[in-house]
Amino acid sequence: MLWNMGKQGLGQSDPNPIRAFYACIARSFLGHVPVKRETTMTLTLPTFGKGRVATTLMLSAAILGAGLAPVSAETLRWARAGDSLTLDPHAQNEGPTHTLAHQIYEPLIIRDMSGAFQPALATDWAPKQGDPNVWVFNLRQGVKYHDGADFTAEDVVFSINRAMSENSNMKELLSSVAEVRATGDHQVEIVTNGPNPILPSNLTNLFMMDKGWAEANNAVDVQDVEGGETTFAATNTNGTGAYKLVSREPDVKTVLTINDGYWGRNEFPMDVTEIVYTPIQNAATRVAALLSGEVDFIQDVPVQDLNRVSNTDGLVVKTAPQNRVIFFGMNMGAADLKNDNVDGKNPLADVRVRRAMSMAINRDAIQQVVMRGQSQPAGMIAPPFVNGWTADMDGSSKTDVAAAKALMAEAGYGDGFAIQLDCPNDRYINDEAICQAAVGMLAQIGITVNLDAKPKAQHFPLITNDQTDFYMLGWGVPTYDSAYIFNFLVHTRGSDRGSWNGTGFSNTDVDAKIVSLESETDLAARNATIQDIWTVVQDEQLYIPIHHQVLNWGMSDKVNVDVSPEDDPKFKFFVLN
Amino acid sequence: MTTQKTSQSRLARAWDSDLAYSFRKTPVAVVSAVIVLVLILGAVLAPWIAPLNPFDPASLNLMNGFTPPSTPNAFTGETFVMGTDDQGRDVFSTILFGMRISLFVGFSAVFLAIILGVTLGLLAGYLGGWVETIIMRVADIQLTFPSIMVAMLIFGIAKGVTPPEYRDQMAIWVLILAIGLSDWVQFARVVRGATLVEKNKEYVQAARLIGRSPVAIMLRHILPNVLNPVLVIATISLALAIIAEATLSFLGVGAPPTKPSLGTLIRIGQEYMFSGEWWILLFPAVTLLALALSINLLGDWLRDALNPRLR
Amino acid sequence: MLAYILRRVFQSLIVLLAVGLVAFAMFNFVGDPVDNMLGQERTQADIERLRQQLGLDQPFLVQYWKFLEQAAQGNFGLSYRQGRPVADILAERLPATLELALVSGILALIGGVVLGIFTAIRRSGVAANVIMTVSLVGVSLPTFLIGVVLIYVFSVELGWLPSFGRGEVVDLGWWSTGFLTVSGLKALILPAIMLGLYQMTLIMRLVRTEMLEVLRMDYIRFARARGIREKSINFKHALKNTLVPVITITGLQLGSIIAFAIITETVFQWPGVGLLFINAVQFVDIPVMAAYLMMISVMFVAINLIVDMLYFAIDPRLRLDRKGGGH
Repeated sequence: MLWNMGKQGLGQSDPNPIRAFYACIARSFLGHVPVKRETTMTLTLPTFGKGRVATTLMLSAAILGAGLAPVSAETLRWARAGDSLTLDPHAQNEGPTHTLAHQIYEPLIIRDMSGAFQPALATDWAPKQGDPNVWVFNLRQGVKYHDGADFTAEDVVFSINRAMSENSNMKELLSSVAEVRATGDHQVEIVTNGPNPILPSNLTNLFMMDKGWAEANNAVDVQDVEGGETTFAATNTNGTGAYKLVSREPDVKTVLTINDGYWGRNEFPMDVTEIVYTPIQNAATRVAALLSGEVDFIQDVPVQDLNRVSNTDGLVVKTAPQNRVIFFGMNMGAADLKNDNVDGKNPLADVRVRRAMSMAINRDAIQQVVMRGQSQPAGMIAPPFVNGWTADMDGSSKTDVAAAKALMAEAGYGDGFAIQLDCPNDRYINDEAICQAAVGMLAQIGITVNLDAKPKAQHFPLITNDQTDFYMLGWGVPTYDSAYIFNFLVHTRGSDRGSWNGTGFSNTDVDAKIVSLESETDLAARNATIQDIWTVVQDEQLYIPIHHQVLNWGMSDKVNVDVSPEDDPKFKFFVLN
Repeated sequence: MTTQKTSQSRLARAWDSDLAYSFRKTPVAVVSAVIVLVLILGAVLAPWIAPLNPFDPASLNLMNGFTPPSTPNAFTGETFVMGTDDQGRDVFSTILFGMRISLFVGFSAVFLAIILGVTLGLLAGYLGGWVETIIMRVADIQLTFPSIMVAMLIFGIAKGVTPPEYRDQMAIWVLILAIGLSDWVQFARVVRGATLVEKNKEYVQAARLIGRSPVAIMLRHILPNVLNPVLVIATISLALAIIAEATLSFLGVGAPPTKPSLGTLIRIGQEYMFSGEWWILLFPAVTLLALALSINLLGDWLRDALNPRLR
Repeated sequence: MLAYILRRVFQSLIVLLAVGLVAFAMFNFVGDPVDNMLGQERTQADIERLRQQLGLDQPFLVQYWKFLEQAAQGNFGLSYRQGRPVADILAERLPATLELALVSGILALIGGVVLGIFTAIRRSGVAANVIMTVSLVGVSLPTFLIGVVLIYVFSVELGWLPSFGRGEVVDLGWWSTGFLTVSGLKALILPAIMLGLYQMTLIMRLVRTEMLEVLRMDYIRFARARGIREKSINFKHALKNTLVPVITITGLQLGSIIAFAIITETVFQWPGVGLLFINAVQFVDIPVMAAYLMMISVMFVAINLIVDMLYFAIDPRLRLDRKGGGH
């Protein structure tokens, strides 16, 4: 995903999504059955449209046993490439920041390690009977903050309003919210502008702060970095979460300890009683720390080291498909390209050239050699979880150099042309190596590619400022719905939509269809429109899909946990053998 | 006939000189010189002796990636003496071509540093006054900036001003500029120091009295007297420049991975340190070590040989 | 003398200003902080607003002037990345870098002096020549590779020393030290070796050369003729005269140790200012980059100033020359 581009340290590859919110709504659009995992609790997912949400907790005996077992000090030493940027839960919308916040604070709803909804501070939620513009949340009772204050509906109203304030980085997620009101000590109603079926999926990283604590400590407003303010909440915490902050040195070390007063103390394993979190940017050093036993759990293991880690006694690697697709974009809209050797016209404007380029890419070779099998070749720029994804389209990429050459000749570029490929070198897994491989493959059909690989801080502005002709981009779809992809990557670039569409593609008919998705309530009609748009995207070869990324966690074999697709471990679920 | 004779006698004189004698009597120097010569030759002749051209992307087959040395690849059946890297490039060929870049960057950077350093050092030392003040303060600024910052600055500016078709080669010129610019200071300091001492000596005073121009005095009288330390620093700077290029590539401002230098190869290779593909790191690292070590040893010998008091 | 010092201090200030100017001109090229600071869903309006608030829409000269205005009041602004005062962050990180620099400096000094004396006294011995050659290996490989190899050998394969971080640190109010705990000391070893190796080779060679020069001096010959013991000559007379230039050079190298710490700190995840700087470059955290560069500049210029004044005090010829003025 591109959520957190630029926000995590140095790591060569940072496959951490900034926020985790996979809309199970999209699954219910498709009629998917929620995934069940045996390690953690299972719950029946809310069935959208029925008006009532069932949340049946089925606790396995093992979990109960773990919860009741005598507490012993079990420290988990955890490392990943980047550190959380701030402790203020609403100041940054970014992966490592949310992951740390998830241990200390809680939102109303979380996703468990399988990505399914699970009640946290709300016990159940549903659209209000008779008013589709209102969601009702019943709150958990008897929950206390770390300082002993009670969690009430007032705190929810305060927190959501805080997250919607000017300086909050979470406000885009709440743009549909008109009002939040307490309708009882433990019930709130969220009023939206028009029906918003996916609201719950926007709340899974929206943390609840104590109103009284924030007021007493002058932390009512989110920090205004630009204005040069500092705030108490950026360096202090008071959450309801399973772990309490003991000490923190940003970028160096953060220590958390178990919260014995946690409401879910006996519902979750909570085997880990202390967490020591140390960011390690250099990938080789991070792996070395795991191999030498200095840390127990790391995220972002470089793909070439997976074998070494899993062949080491006492260490295991776990993987899971990630919600992120990697692809190339081409500037087809410009009359003439800046960085090519063709004067007066734009070779990328010709769909035959774009198709030939896609056909020249050998995705299987990239998967086998560059990614060491840790990817899934892609034919469309939607991860398989997403509503609108079809196996047909995703399998449509074929490598055929001879046919590609023929297409190039047909388009009048039989002798090829030269172009520059802009590529990040510290964002996606092996991003630079993928681009390098593509250079070789495109050379087979006569396209001379000058590779310009650079840090993400320099790469992404090129896309958003229309300064690149040919670029790599990765995209994750937190809402699980194709509309999210269309809004940012397909719609004509404008003030509201298309901000990441660097292709210059502009089609008023497609734009109208994209906008219509927002208000369409007939699911069948909506899905048909989605397929229409995808057909255009595929026919136009708007992008050259490469693959879907795979996430991996390396850990000591005493740790028993599954990889969450959002790359955000929640340590209360961790079972220690 | 006569010219041949003089050149012969010149050769003979060179052979009999103190320096040559010291060279013949120092096995380390001889071995180092041979290694350096062989490596330079290999780099210069790379297009003719390398089995493959790793800089030609069309010739690469990704499926050859990670082939161990002298073992047939599982998919393509091809065999490579030193194996292949992550892109399926023949490591042996890539090293030869990479060395070309490393040596070119090293020699050019040192050349630039000498030209700049000697000129500015002479000017500063001989003229003194505000010229010296400005030059030496600029030297301070130069020292103040870590060479990585200089490289990034030049990189960024170069990116903005070079036309796209030249960007491919830009990285190398930027490296030369960056390393050369961060290296001139020591030449300038040594030359300035020596000039300050020399210019007060009687022979310079005499030359000045008989009305020789300052430029002539600087070039004919002072420069020859500071050449020895310059030569020693230059040799060691060459090794340092090659290493500096490698260090810069670790920080992401080195030669591009599509046209890698030895340093870029090592930066890429160290990612495979734990994974068992040792050949991707080992061969370039050993080559770099042999090159830099030999040059350093030559510099060592040269310093001792040129300093009669140490003999 | 006083006039000279004042002039040099004034010149140093100009150097600092020039460094800042170059730094700010460069920030335009390292990337766009706005892109990092806003989430994926930011609109064009958000970007414009933030850019304006940060003053990034203004020419770098204006940005630089604002920075100077604030810096003159001791305010270096807030880090874009951490949202905390830059001065606080630097103060927090500086002890780690200084301790590392100190240890590697001492390591280089002791190792360099001892080996230098040895190779000078036994200049034609086999051991001395082997040391001379082997010492060059350390400067013939890029430091990052040496660091990774050290980690591989001593952390992964042997499991003796930690691969990252500072270990347990003890907080002494405004200074956090790793000197007081076993894990802190162990954590220092590998990074200090990586950082000190180059300086050690340099100092060793310098000591050897100086020693050889001094040992040829007349007074040493006289001392020998007078029958003073060889040991006493080597250590009492020769070494004493060798140390002055060695200490000067070591002082000058202190600055480059701190600059080179950038790479060591990246490899070993050492939480010092070098790592902070690299993080800042990645995130385009302009306030941190600016403050770091200014700090390093002050340090370098100060060292330079001291050395220059020492030379001035020592060598009367230079003084005469300066007073003599131009030609």
